Amino acid sequence: MTSSIHIPVLRLGQTYRSLDKIQFNVSGQPLEISVANSGLIRRDLQQLAKSGEALRAIPCETLVGYMEKAAELFLHGKLPWGDDDRLQSPDDYAVALSQLTGLPHSLARSNMGKVHAAMSNIRAVISGLTRGMPLELFDRGFVRQNGLDVNFFAETTSLGVLLPSNSPGVNSLWLPALVMKIPVVLKPGREDPLTPFRLIQAMIAAGFPREAFGFYPTTHDGGDTLLFGTGRAIAFGSDATLKKYAPYRHINVHGSGRSKIVIGDDFAADWPKHLDVIVNSIAANGGRSCINCSSVLISNNRDTLADALARKLAAIEPLPRDHPDAVLCSFANPKSAKAIDERLNELLAVPGAIDLTAKYRNGPRLVEMYGQTFLRPTLIVCDDLKHPLANTEYGFPFASVLQVPQAKMIGQIGESLVVSAFTRDQAWSIDLMTSTNIERLNLGPYSTMRVQWEQPHEGNLFEFLYRRRALQGDLVAA
Amino acid sequence: MSSTLTPAQAQSALDSWTRKMIAWHFSPATGCDYWLKWAKTAGWDPRKEIKCFADIAKKFSHFDDDVLRTEQPERFVPKAYAKRPYNVFETGGTTGMPKQRVGWDDYKTDYEEYSDHYGPDFFPKGNWLMVGPTGPRRLRLAVEHLANYRGDSCYFVDLDPRFVKRLIGTGEMAMARKYQEHVIDQAATILRHRKITNMFTTPRLLENLAERMSLVKAGLKGVFVGGTTMTPQYVRFVVEEVLENKINFAPTYGNTLMGLAISRKLTKADNYSLTYYAPQPRATLRIVNPDNPTELVNYGEYGRVELTTMTKEFFVPRFLERDEAIRRPPCSEFPWDGVGDVRPFQSLTKTIIEGVY
Repeated sequence: MTSSIHIPVLRLGQTYRSLDKIQFNVSGQPLEISVANSGLIRRDLQQLAKSGEALRAIPCETLVGYMEKAAELFLHGKLPWGDDDRLQSPDDYAVALSQLTGLPHSLARSNMGKVHAAMSNIRAVISGLTRGMPLELFDRGFVRQNGLDVNFFAETTSLGVLLPSNSPGVNSLWLPALVMKIPVVLKPGREDPLTPFRLIQAMIAAGFPREAFGFYPTTHDGGDTLLFGTGRAIAFGSDATLKKYAPYRHINVHGSGRSKIVIGDDFAADWPKHLDVIVNSIAANGGRSCINCSSVLISNNRDTLADALARKLAAIEPLPRDHPDAVLCSFANPKSAKAIDERLNELLAVPGAIDLTAKYRNGPRLVEMYGQTFLRPTLIVCDDLKHPLANTEYGFPFASVLQVPQAKMIGQIGESLVVSAFTRDQAWSIDLMTSTNIERLNLGPYSTMRVQWEQPHEGNLFEFLYRRRALQGDLVAA
Repeated sequence: MSSTLTPAQAQSALDSWTRKMIAWHFSPATGCDYWLKWAKTAGWDPRKEIKCFADIAKKFSHFDDDVLRTEQPERFVPKAYAKRPYNVFETGGTTGMPKQRVGWDDYKTDYEEYSDHYGPDFFPKGNWLMVGPTGPRRLRLAVEHLANYRGDSCYFVDLDPRFVKRLIGTGEMAMARKYQEHVIDQAATILRHRKITNMFTTPRLLENLAERMSLVKAGLKGVFVGGTTMTPQYVRFVVEEVLENKINFAPTYGNTLMGLAISRKLTKADNYSLTYYAPQPRATLRIVNPDNPTELVNYGEYGRVELTTMTKEFFVPRFLERDEAIRRPPCSEFPWDGVGDVRPFQSLTKTIIEGVY
């Protein structure tokens, strides 16, 4: 056995080995993660002004170039594993990520592709966020647009992010902040310190100043320190997390997605043509994303659609991590899988819901295979949206199917991160676009997993970090 | 400061002290109402059956500290102290009816012994500042006595841990932070305007204070802390960054029932892992198997902390603390077992509100 790889704390440019460590073993290779105490984080946050200065010294156009270069390094490069001279290849990363998070290699690689795309499309991303304002906005603080001087200023000296471990793709959310010259302070998810660390290494190698990055694997207390010590922060978590931080305007909480497909009257008979899109929405990325569909609402033909979906989903079987066709993720903590399985069985006892996949799948929902713990895909037919399984989500391919009159759908779906509306009905489309409970709307038979770089994802990061100031008079701006 | 006793001599002294204290607490002439009545119903006479400290573990069951909440404090007054008014001390962060113990001189004895352990190079002559729980706590009088015993005076800034606990318990984190700032504001003001040489506070308040100012530049020379868990990383952070490797640091482990356990001097080999030693023979700490508290764990292993306090003022046999720690061997400073890397009992398996004050 070789000596431990050590992933250090990054203290705004300085590596730091903590005496508190989390230890993992990746294919026989010990891996240690330094854990920062909250006081250490608080002290570092006092130094953020220097981090901002380092970013502001570089033209935004150059930072965009760095990001595009970092995209290639992240996807193809050999980057530091930790704080010594050992290097991590893309394969090393994917295999280790798979072992720590339960994502099969195939999904680890596809997530790398997603993050790479978010980085290499950074111009489109920034343009989408600023609605096409030139990059020099971040160098000068103002631009002239349609003959008007437009002035924006940063409302924070840093962006704190409490990352989850469920899917590395979420890291694409914080990346644009660096190009907008806002330093980031990250708390990685317990099972995925690898992705943010590799991203930071790629960005530093591409030219970003080291001091622009804080990387603090830490405790809950440290996480709170980070959320309350940065001017703007993002946290991922459950509804309980959402409730806890709801009173704080500077914290943007990404709770449960409860993403949905709604099939209008004009598509209700045509569902067989779109079955694969629906299956993809439910099962892509192992069902781990907040943009995975967790409820399908159709105005007619519920039972035939549900039966076809159940057959397709039940056919998705656990496969070994390194199998190229693997879709299902294992659970890093088998107790979580068991708890979900027990909860589902408990709620299925409430009248009005049937697990339709039970009769088609090859064994029980909870299964140990290939030395891992899986939950097989589960499709629930519900009679009513009030059923506790009708509008919920779990971190594996899970969805409910309901029959709801088209006219009642918008009023009943509740807060939904993504809604794919299968319809050409213009009047209903306008109703959907003017609704207040949908964050991202796909009009047409598209997967909920669809990403368009020029559209903001889960809120507009630019508007979260910057604020427009009324600017009058032209002596300086001219 | 090295002890003059060998471990065997310390054990012998503990056994002798045990016999003396058992005789005191279970004699109708000197004992208190609570223990004398207890002995009547126990079916055995401690004065006859307790011959050494090991017999305490064999014969007594675990002290239920809830009686300190339910019984009147007078019941714990030894007859020998009946004519002296007593102090009532309450335990730290409890809510509802607090647990109370009576006391007279124990805190002075504990803190004088503590003071004697540290020379004038560690805590140089000068004013003290205490920032932490005062109110009905023993600590308030104890820290002032420590300063006075060393010929110095002490300033105070209060922190009410019960209020902090309540705020956190009800999710009022913003208010908890404001309260913490309020405490730190007061401490920073004293440090800026008065000549302070030594300080007692909790680790968390210490680091918060150091975020406002350099404690070295403020003139501090020695800091004494107690109150919450300190992992080796935390200790290193305090020593290197909060105290800038320039201020003497004396971590302690203690409570109202025990008194004060001193930490042995850190060496490089410790790698910032703290080991505390109870003020034996007045109080003894054992690290026991949580599933079978009659047996000690091996050296180097985690177990639950069990406290036995035996002074003329107070008797507490085999109280299971809400902490766990590593059993550590005797050292040159303290020739009896120590407790290392103390943390809340089962802290790895349950959520605990700790560390805010």
